Amino acid sequence: MATEILMPALSPTMEEGTLAKWLVKEGDTVSSGDILAEIETDKATMEFEAVDEGIIGKILIDEGSEGVKVNTPIAVLLEEGESYDASAVSVPAASEEAAPAGAPAAPAAAAAAAAPETAPEVDESPDYPEGTELVTQTVREALRDAMAEEMRGDQNVFVMGEEVAEYEGAYKITQGLLDEFGAKRVIDTPITEHGFAGIATGAAFGGLRPIVEFMTFNFAMQAIDHIINSAAKTLYMSGGQMGAPMVFRGPNGAAARVGAQHSQDYAAWYMQIPGLKVAMPYSAADAKGLLKSAIRDNNPVIFLENEILYGKSFEVPKLDDYTVPFGKAKIWRKGDDVTIVSFGIGMTYALDAAEKLAADGINAEVIDLRTLRPMDLPTVIKSVMKTNRLVTVEEGWPQGSVGSYIASEVMQQAFDYLDAPVITCTGKDVPMPYAANLEKHALITTDEVIEAVKQVTYR
Amino acid sequence: MAVRKSAQKSNISAEELTKYYREMLLIRRFEEKAGQLYGMGLIGGFCHLYIGQEAVVVGLEAAAEEGDKRVTSYRDHGHMLACGMDPDGVMAELTGREGGYSKGKGGSMHMFSKEKHFYGGHGIVGAQVPLGAGLAFADKYLENGRVTFTYFGDGAANQGQVYETYNMAQLWDLPVVFVIENNQYAMGTSVKRSTKSPALWKRGEAYGIAGEEVDGMNVLAVKEAGERAVAHCRAGKGPYILEVKTYRYRGHSMSDPAKYRTREEVQKMREERDPIEQIREMLLTGKHATEEDLKAIDKDIKDIVNKSAEFAKTSPEPALDELWTDIYA
Ligand SMILES: Cc1ncc(C[n+]2csc(CCOP(=O)(O)OP(=O)(O)O)c2C)c(N)n1
Ligand SMILES: [Mg+2]
Repeated sequence: MATEILMPALSPTMEEGTLAKWLVKEGDTVSSGDILAEIETDKATMEFEAVDEGIIGKILIDEGSEGVKVNTPIAVLLEEGESYDASAVSVPAASEEAAPAGAPAAPAAAAAAAAPETAPEVDESPDYPEGTELVTQTVREALRDAMAEEMRGDQNVFVMGEEVAEYEGAYKITQGLLDEFGAKRVIDTPITEHGFAGIATGAAFGGLRPIVEFMTFNFAMQAIDHIINSAAKTLYMSGGQMGAPMVFRGPNGAAARVGAQHSQDYAAWYMQIPGLKVAMPYSAADAKGLLKSAIRDNNPVIFLENEILYGKSFEVPKLDDYTVPFGKAKIWRKGDDVTIVSFGIGMTYALDAAEKLAADGINAEVIDLRTLRPMDLPTVIKSVMKTNRLVTVEEGWPQGSVGSYIASEVMQQAFDYLDAPVITCTGKDVPMPYAANLEKHALITTDEVIEAVKQVTYR
Repeated sequence: MAVRKSAQKSNISAEELTKYYREMLLIRRFEEKAGQLYGMGLIGGFCHLYIGQEAVVVGLEAAAEEGDKRVTSYRDHGHMLACGMDPDGVMAELTGREGGYSKGKGGSMHMFSKEKHFYGGHGIVGAQVPLGAGLAFADKYLENGRVTFTYFGDGAANQGQVYETYNMAQLWDLPVVFVIENNQYAMGTSVKRSTKSPALWKRGEAYGIAGEEVDGMNVLAVKEAGERAVAHCRAGKGPYILEVKTYRYRGHSMSDPAKYRTREEVQKMREERDPIEQIREMLLTGKHATEEDLKAIDKDIKDIVNKSAEFAKTSPEPALDELWTDIYA
């Protein structure tokens, strides 16, 4: 059966090309892999190989022809003993099935929701029943307990990272874990972030539930390819067949007096990635409850801790199995005059400012997002519908900050409820300086939060 | 370990030879068909063909056992066919259809099969190396006796993460076979132009990892070397490196003008070293098969490949809802 040889597309974008040269002539016998012609595009000259074997029965497009459209028949291939008959050529399947589908449905249009009549539904259930016994714990102890409890519950949970085992953690978060779980499950790695993040991700593909500790998240930049390209995307790229149930955790954000390379907040970076979940707790109770949820989660979770918060004490519920769900913000303080939204160490400024503002007669509602992906925007919007004013607080840089995302969502979903522009309080747009006085200025301060609240409340 | 000579031709059964012939031919015909569909605009983006390298995966799969794992780069069609994945599902993924292994959401470079223990299909050069060691880490942790074949190219062998992985794999005795598919080029850069240390397998010596160079155009040599590697891993002795010398006949991807090598170089390889021709010769001269037998196999393979192309053309595009699924488990 005669078949047409079609002008090939030699690159994803090629629509037409020049048939520069024929390397075969009519009557030649060709087999698969033989070079038939040279094709020129605006980018390059490429050789075009035969796929089937046969005899070149007819050349339909002469060499030197320009602007030959992809899929135009350029020659006819005959089987042995056949002769060329222009009418008897079978037409190979054309590419009409490949026509691109219409644009996908966008998520619910935002504009219509700019003036919601009723407040969005919000889960306001308490984190633990009233009357639960509370114990005072540091964030450090809470994180350790969370890992230990989950490791007792699931043999496939293990911890790896630099200095996590024998040294018990550069910040002593893994204290006691080697003793209890042994070297098989508490693993010291060489200093090789790119490598061990990849190994841990592979181990998660292979059925384990790794907890990867980064000594600090600054060093995770060497591993960010595996976090994003390997861990976060595989579930999607495999059509749901396999993913990476794992936790990447460690201190994030500014420490004290360590300069630019050791002080930055990655919240906004990771928050952008579909396929990742991102938690950034403030209190010890949330650190514990969220880390336990993170370890059980079947997705890769970025768990952003903070060195300065590690030693801070909070009340933690004394429960056998205390977990905090992702995507549920916590309202630390009720108020009617302004909404302050923060997370992680930003909460220290937010709460401090709220306290001082109360003395001035301004009652702020303070919301701790706790997780940034998923993010509990309904709680924020419901609050803004009451206070009509919003200030966000974070340590990270201003451009592309978490606050700017919140501001844009609130503007799109509750524009009519805003009585003032949203103010996003962030760290300054500079690398972290070393000098004590400069460092203080580079970070967000309580005074700046107070000033922002006064601006949006027109005081 | 010394560089070994090609495998002996002795006591290989007709059945075994025929099996390799079939498996390699399936890959070649499948890839030729993929190239054709690409030319018709049915396959988009990057599409990296495996033509010329067939003996590598077919030989190593012959050394693998049920349950062993494999992971590779974007040049992955051959690996998938060799481990028994369905040609229909692979081809339909290339055309971005619902019937593809990733429901059309992965494409040529990103395919997976949990059932066949194929862990991708990775588009970032070198990333699959620690991932493969991680799979082996899980196997060791779970004490299941499995081995992971981690394939990567001569270009990937210059990635830092490869050496981070070598170090940890040996430190922790991970059961992983590192297979360097040295096809002599990374896109347009020949090995000579990328390193002054061209014996890639020897780089493992710095970490104490055993390894050897293998004739990758000879499926029997690959299989023998694979068996040594697997035995080493299964005995708990840690990783093993195979640098398999091979050659890709086609461009790096479909849109490669291939000006970095001569037509003669490619032609010479094809004529003198072709892995499929070598086995065909052995089958015929050893009187293990007649021309007719081989013709029947050819026909059979052609039918399988045509069927996969038909499936890949007629399987519908994924439903638009698929855009929003499989982001979170
Ligand atoms: C990290 C990274 N850098 C660059 C690329 C672009 N790229 C894709 S394939 C390739 C060449 C790789 O060659 P090799 O490892 O020898 O594998 P082969 O293609 O020969 O199978 C390059 C540079 C990439 N995908 N990832
Ligand atoms: Mg190469």
